[in-house]
Amino acid sequence: MANRSFELVETHIPSLRRYALVLLRHDEQRADDLVQDCLERAISRWHLWRRPNNLRGWLFTILHNIYVNDVARAVARPDVVEIQDYFPAMAVPPEQADRIRLREVTAAIQELPDTQRQTLLLVTMEGFSYYETAEITGVPIGTVMSRLSRARDKVRAASWGETHESGRSVK
Amino acid sequence: MSDFPEQPTEDEIQSLVDGRLEPGRRVEVEAWLGANPDAAARVAQLRDISIAVERAYEPLLDRPVPARFRALAAPKSVSPVWRAAAMVALVAVGAAGGWFANDAVSPAAGPNASLARGAVKAHQIYSREVRHAVEVPANEEAHLVAWLSKRLDAPLRAPNLDAEGYRLVGGRLLPASDAGPAAQFMYEAESGERLTLYVEQNRAGGETAFRFSEYDGVAAFWWKDGPLAYVLIGQGERDRLLTLARATYRELNP
Repeated sequence: MANRSFELVETHIPSLRRYALVLLRHDEQRADDLVQDCLERAISRWHLWRRPNNLRGWLFTILHNIYVNDVARAVARPDVVEIQDYFPAMAVPPEQADRIRLREVTAAIQELPDTQRQTLLLVTMEGFSYYETAEITGVPIGTVMSRLSRARDKVRAASWGETHESGRSVK
Repeated sequence: MSDFPEQPTEDEIQSLVDGRLEPGRRVEVEAWLGANPDAAARVAQLRDISIAVERAYEPLLDRPVPARFRALAAPKSVSPVWRAAAMVALVAVGAAGGWFANDAVSPAAGPNASLARGAVKAHQIYSREVRHAVEVPANEEAHLVAWLSKRLDAPLRAPNLDAEGYRLVGGRLLPASDAGPAAQFMYEAESGERLTLYVEQNRAGGETAFRFSEYDGVAAFWWKDGPLAYVLIGQGERDRLLTLARATYRELNP
């Protein structure tokens, strides 16, 4: 059983690392420290035979709590790393960039208040249900919905602005 | 369906963007958007945000997993050894040093620091004893284990480390860090090198990770398991103690 549990945890490491990396604005060292803390805590709780029934949600909850309690407070906000610098393969053809606005959207996400950023990332990047997102972030589902709505509108305004783009009216 | 679909709520808009609106209502909302181009344009951009998120962050899933995480996937054995090994491997990289480096009780260490400190102290005192290393010798092992189990009010075991080249010398009762009872089992290699396993009640309970530290030429590996807390102490290399710790854990969790 324990063996299987570890294999299961292992499958979540890539997404935990990704979430931590984006949360910590591409500070790789801190992000991996956060994930390691999360895994240590998860494993030590297994040791007490408390078994989660939604493993992925449970791991993200642990990570979220460590981030909120320990990390976010301690981290002086670093400069936003240009995501293309970080991951060169992300450079996209201009015609695609036109509509999707990868650079603007990712930059705008990094500018969001923490709670909105977490909510948006958990829902869109990680695909958690609204209910799971509420559980992970420890707020009522109504709060998740309003954070999501505000986060999206801020990103939209920052990425597309008030201008009219390619025949599509904004606002 | 109605010819004049009801204006969607903001929650419904969000659900639509996320593809989570129930199909019947979705058709209605799409119809409503058809008649409300501004709202439709907004929805299109909200969807583009999701596409951007996926494109931007999807590649981050493919980063190679660094060694400190790969340790989780290391040995594929069936028993709790796997658990122990993974914990050790996981923790040894990042958390070695810690509280023991300066012999201070860091806030994070709390009672654990005194646990290990007491155990190391006991190791240093008794492992040097030649003639009075133990109170009860190994030839009375059954009595030793029964006695210590009674005093600690928990079922103890003296792990058999013969396969690792250490034979049981015996054991003794000690005062624990919190003045309760503690037990010490002593082992000896043919070379005369000694190893002790210190056991006390896991009164604090709570967080129980596997930890490894070195102090004053002594290596200590400690963990908590249910009602008991263990510290395995020996001389020499971490990797060597790691092997012994795995064996000990396996013996304690057959």
